[in-house]
Amino acid sequence: MYRTHILVCGGTGCHSNNSGKIREAFEEQIKARGLDGDVCVVGTGCFGLCAVGPIIIIYPEGAFYSCVTVEDVPEIIEEHIVKGRLVERLLYHEKALGNKAVHSLAETNFYKKQTRVALHNCGVINPEKIDEYIARDGYQALIKCLTEYEPQQIIDIVSASGLRGRGGAGFPTGRKWQFAKNQVNDTKYVCCNADEGDPGAFMDRSVLEGDPHAVLEAMTIAGYAIGSHQGYIYVRAEYPIAVERLKIAIAQSREYGLLGKDILGTGFDFDIELKLGSGAFVCGEETALMTSIAASLVPVLLSRRSRACLENRPSSTTSRRTPTSLR
Amino acid sequence: MKKSIADIMAIRESMQSQIILRDNVDAEKEIHLIVGMGTSGINAGAREVFNALVDYVEEHELKGFRVTRTGSLAGEGHEPVLEVRVPGKDPVVYTDTTVAKAVEIIKNLAK
Repeated sequence: MYRTHILVCGGTGCHSNNSGKIREAFEEQIKARGLDGDVCVVGTGCFGLCAVGPIIIIYPEGAFYSCVTVEDVPEIIEEHIVKGRLVERLLYHEKALGNKAVHSLAETNFYKKQTRVALHNCGVINPEKIDEYIARDGYQALIKCLTEYEPQQIIDIVSASGLRGRGGAGFPTGRKWQFAKNQVNDTKYVCCNADEGDPGAFMDRSVLEGDPHAVLEAMTIAGYAIGSHQGYIYVRAEYPIAVERLKIAIAQSREYGLLGKDILGTGFDFDIELKLGSGAFVCGEETALMTSIAASLVPVLLSRRSRACLENRPSSTTSRRTPTSLR
Repeated sequence: MKKSIADIMAIRESMQSQIILRDNVDAEKEIHLIVGMGTSGINAGAREVFNALVDYVEEHELKGFRVTRTGSLAGEGHEPVLEVRVPGKDPVVYTDTTVAKAVEIIKNLAK
């Protein structure tokens, strides 16, 4: 059993600042010192506060180290892990608090008043391990939906929750699902818009990189509710880490039988495919996005797609809040 | 391999204790156990005490507990030293702690 967890941010910001090498350095040196039975090193999604990355957090203390370099690794192991002393100089110093050292992420001015809902797993779990997602109640909402509710009941719950699209327009999610369910059509699709063309906006990316299974679970619930058996995630090709983690997540879900035929023995079929967008800003718009997805599929889909297609935008908050409100 | 609903529940159960350490507990409500891990503390068995406490929290999935290490808490000659901070109460410092005593302390706190 591990008594210390070293969480190294693997979001794009920290990654481009060498966090991958930092994680490797921790893994090697922890092993070299024979501490690998006690200490686990975990690559996570984004913690936020990317400007002071690479960030690492060490539990059980919850110590929050910022601007860490590969050269700092031996000192952190020697001081923090072996001797139990915080490395003061690497703690985040909060300007708003008179440059005082902040000991944990939750104590920072930025996070003090926040409760993370959509991002509650980001920076906590290893996004490449489905078991860690399950440990944080992942796939519980799906199990509940498939075993306890009829599709219409799910739509009623989502409508009553007041959940609205998080992409900016704020369209009521329950109503959107109802429209899609009411369509008489043999083929319906769930589309997740993860194109995120908006300059400087990275909330979709944070979820995809840090908690990809949340998107898959919510899409599967949407599929069950509207009567669809196929989902598409339209994601920017410029988000290589997000694409990679989504691929891993989809493979793990298929292996566990959480995607594919007869999900968890309930008789419901649903699968998800990735479609990579090539950076056209317009493809974030619903009809352009669907045309872009359809263009790479069989032509017949074009005639069917128009109103049968469901846009679930953005994947992030909608997906995360949907299961939360269903619990 | 495809899983059943029971399999998913079992994974959840077994994994929860492994990641419980990563919960950010509210500093004003949590019970904080601090083990002095200066050189002499480590020599006297502070690491074993620390490990036993963390294991206890994980095994019993205790919520609202945080076990941390710190440098020397003084009390040389009477180590390992364990400080217990319960919100709203004065801190209590235990000396000459052993694994058995530490487990007894946390067991009583968890009641």
